[in-house]
Amino acid sequence: MIGNLLILYQAPALGVQLLIDGILIGAVFALAAYGMALVWGVTNIINVAQGEFVMLGGFVAVFCAEHGLPLLLAVPIAAAVLYALGWALFRLVIVHLIGRDMFISVLATFGIAIVLQQVMARLFGAGDRIVDSGLASWFLFDGLVGIAQVKVLVFACCLVLGAGLTVFLQRSRAGQAIRAVAQEPRAAAVLGIETDKVYGLTFALNAAICGAAGALAAMAYPIHPYGGLSYTIRSFMIVVVAGLGNLAGVVWAAAGLGVAESFAGFVLGPQYQIAFVFGLLVVVLVLRNRMLRRQRQYLR
Amino acid sequence: MSALLELTHVTKRFGGVVANDAISLSVPEGAIVGLIGPNGSGKTTLFNAITGAFPIDHGSVRFRRREISKLLTKHIAREGLIRTYQQPRIYGRMTVQANMLASPSLREASFISVFGRDTPAQRAQAVELLDFVGLADKRGEDAGDLSFGQQKLLELAMALMNEPKMLLLDEPTAGINPVLIESLLDRLRAANKERGLTLLIIEHNMPVIMGLAEHIYCLAHGRLLAGGSPEAVRADPKVVDAYLGAA
Amino acid sequence: MTASAPGTRTLNPARLTRIGAVLAIGVVTPLLFPAYQSQATELLLFIVFALAWDLVGGQMGYTSFGNVLFVGVGMYVAAIVQVGLYYDVGLYNEAKGGGTQFVFDTSQFLIGLGLGLIAAAVAAGLTAFLLGPLVLGIRGHYFAICTLGLGIAAGQLAAGIPWIGGGSGMLTPNPPASLGDVGLLLYYLALSLALACTATFAWLLSTRFGLVLNAIRDDEDKAEAMGLPTRRAKIAAWVIAAAFLGVAGALYGNQVRFIDPTETAFAGATIGVWMILMALLGGKGTLLGPIVGAILFQITKELFWTYLLGWQRVALGVLIIVVAVFFPEGIVGYARARSRRSEETP
Repeated sequence: MIGNLLILYQAPALGVQLLIDGILIGAVFALAAYGMALVWGVTNIINVAQGEFVMLGGFVAVFCAEHGLPLLLAVPIAAAVLYALGWALFRLVIVHLIGRDMFISVLATFGIAIVLQQVMARLFGAGDRIVDSGLASWFLFDGLVGIAQVKVLVFACCLVLGAGLTVFLQRSRAGQAIRAVAQEPRAAAVLGIETDKVYGLTFALNAAICGAAGALAAMAYPIHPYGGLSYTIRSFMIVVVAGLGNLAGVVWAAAGLGVAESFAGFVLGPQYQIAFVFGLLVVVLVLRNRMLRRQRQYLR
Repeated sequence: MSALLELTHVTKRFGGVVANDAISLSVPEGAIVGLIGPNGSGKTTLFNAITGAFPIDHGSVRFRRREISKLLTKHIAREGLIRTYQQPRIYGRMTVQANMLASPSLREASFISVFGRDTPAQRAQAVELLDFVGLADKRGEDAGDLSFGQQKLLELAMALMNEPKMLLLDEPTAGINPVLIESLLDRLRAANKERGLTLLIIEHNMPVIMGLAEHIYCLAHGRLLAGGSPEAVRADPKVVDAYLGAA
Repeated sequence: MTASAPGTRTLNPARLTRIGAVLAIGVVTPLLFPAYQSQATELLLFIVFALAWDLVGGQMGYTSFGNVLFVGVGMYVAAIVQVGLYYDVGLYNEAKGGGTQFVFDTSQFLIGLGLGLIAAAVAAGLTAFLLGPLVLGIRGHYFAICTLGLGIAAGQLAAGIPWIGGGSGMLTPNPPASLGDVGLLLYYLALSLALACTATFAWLLSTRFGLVLNAIRDDEDKAEAMGLPTRRAKIAAWVIAAAFLGVAGALYGNQVRFIDPTETAFAGATIGVWMILMALLGGKGTLLGPIVGAILFQITKELFWTYLLGWQRVALGVLIIVVAVFFPEGIVGYARARSRRSEETP
């Protein structure tokens, strides 16, 4: 580990590489976190299967690529497939979790995650998959720093999707209904908004966002059936650090997480990258709670 | 008589709102003191401030001559300062009896004593207190299944079971069957006389608090408006204004 | 049922008969049904897992999704002690515990196992003692996800340590042939552990400690405002549960022989969530619930493995969802509600 730190010190170009890579993947994290915050803020449910939705989106892209479809088409297809899945899951399971103990919703969505993991493993095998985009890389600093074009494409698409989602929530009637229910569910119901439909829409929308994010991610980063939980944890961490409803915070936190992971993966070694993510979660929660305890409060 | 509880310029802000504005009052040992004021005047916030539910912005709270404003609620409770709540807080999934048996303080004992059983004396005391509040036949029921009034009575019984030095009661008669109120007040007076239990009571029921308290403070808009004997406070035009003007 | 009313803890004849019957069944089962011996051992260990989860999750309300941390710590520490007393652990793992190189005779195996179990309890308890002050200040679903993170991080960390076998895992010592049926020995050890666990928890819940735990579950802030020693009680409960989880983990490791860091030791998505399911299925917050739940779960799991092979994990996932959504009070909870309703009808 010390050896790796020394390398970093001696080759600053490497640091730039890690920084750029971290920011680029951060956009995917931000999108997934945005979706989780949306569901959490509106339905008060933490979707532990969030990462599995992302992975599924990626596998849809893999499937599309295997059947010769143009790559960017995979994104809306994945979004549509996941939207349908999200709606189905909502009707079957999630609708029963509204207003109940958080433990039950964490456990139930964990169950969903397990089911999805196993289904993906059976359908696609347990190995890593990635979609070959066929795109090259740009090089900076005499070839010391390489920026994969597909990663930039993914980054840009994620930003566009995130912006689109924000506009949808601000301007469209459905979006306004969602925001109304998030703030005051009872008032919204009295005003004639069918809260159940809004909850369902929110959950399905979140699934679609994850699907799109996953389809994009699969073009640049390897995915596998059991890779979902780390995405869920990343989203959760970002939301806890940024706070519900703080979109700018989500973007910053996601970028920060991407960069931190990138450096950790190099300094600690790739086999410890996942351990770093989960360990960071614990650190973030302990510290955030400590800060609140000074005001005699705790994370709610 | 020395002050058991002494507040000096206690101030608490929530965002832009000053819920408690430089409040100074004192409760002599062995006294029964009332705290009145229209809704939103900061009475419950003051209770929260005293018991350490949040850190105060300014001022001092002294209990038994010790500064407690920096202490955690748990430690303040161990000092012998217990409170009840406007919305009764009891242990909903435990039986009424278990609620009572969880209430004695472990003040002097070490942690290891928590692995012992309740003594016959404690069990007898629980029975006696439950009897007094009329919940004896509900002993085996889950506390969460009781009505609002019954839960308030249970909460009071639990507080008495704790044998504190001082009890802060937040609207103890709200939701209680009027038939029971008088015997409740008798019990409070008895605990005050015989056990030296000091009381600070938030009340909206004027006849009750005027008959019970020796000294009354009135809050309005977060500030201390008046303090004195029940007759003086009742006649104070500022107090009358505060209540009528709050409408 | 919450903390039992004091005074009902006497050992009357009816109670003694029940305890005797359970003991008899326990002792005699592997002899009568040798084909089911390993499942029975697994069941006994699951009972311990479920009870230990319930002490902190059901009785105290701190629903941990990462108790596998203690299972895995116990499993690895025991294996390390069992091997390390006689051989170099690093070399042993490089050779993947090769049978001809690393031989354990009867006394070595037994001493190793005995000391290993003790070390497992101590290590797991110590882990809980050190992590408790940090993590038990976090409440509710944040605690749930935090512990989930802990459990999985531990597995990933273990997979990166070559000394204990890294990602390829570690083998527990080969039991010598001269020992006879090791499975039987493990069974009786598991039985003793399950009985000890049940007895310990029954005692704990009959003391004021049980009341404090339930009070923390029902309203922690109120418990603090009444002066109850919440912080120390929380840590104590976690340490006690961890110790039992560690020993059960050590026995489990010896039963399956091959310890994979993420699939066996720190198996968050299997054992970690199964123990929650068991406690919920039987009825969390009761002493009998986790035991009943473990039995039901084991039977269901065997049925799934036999008849739904290939889809058994999916079926278990569906079971988790169904129980969480439709049956969270569990069997004991359901029975209580029914008896209460029948009491109310005139």
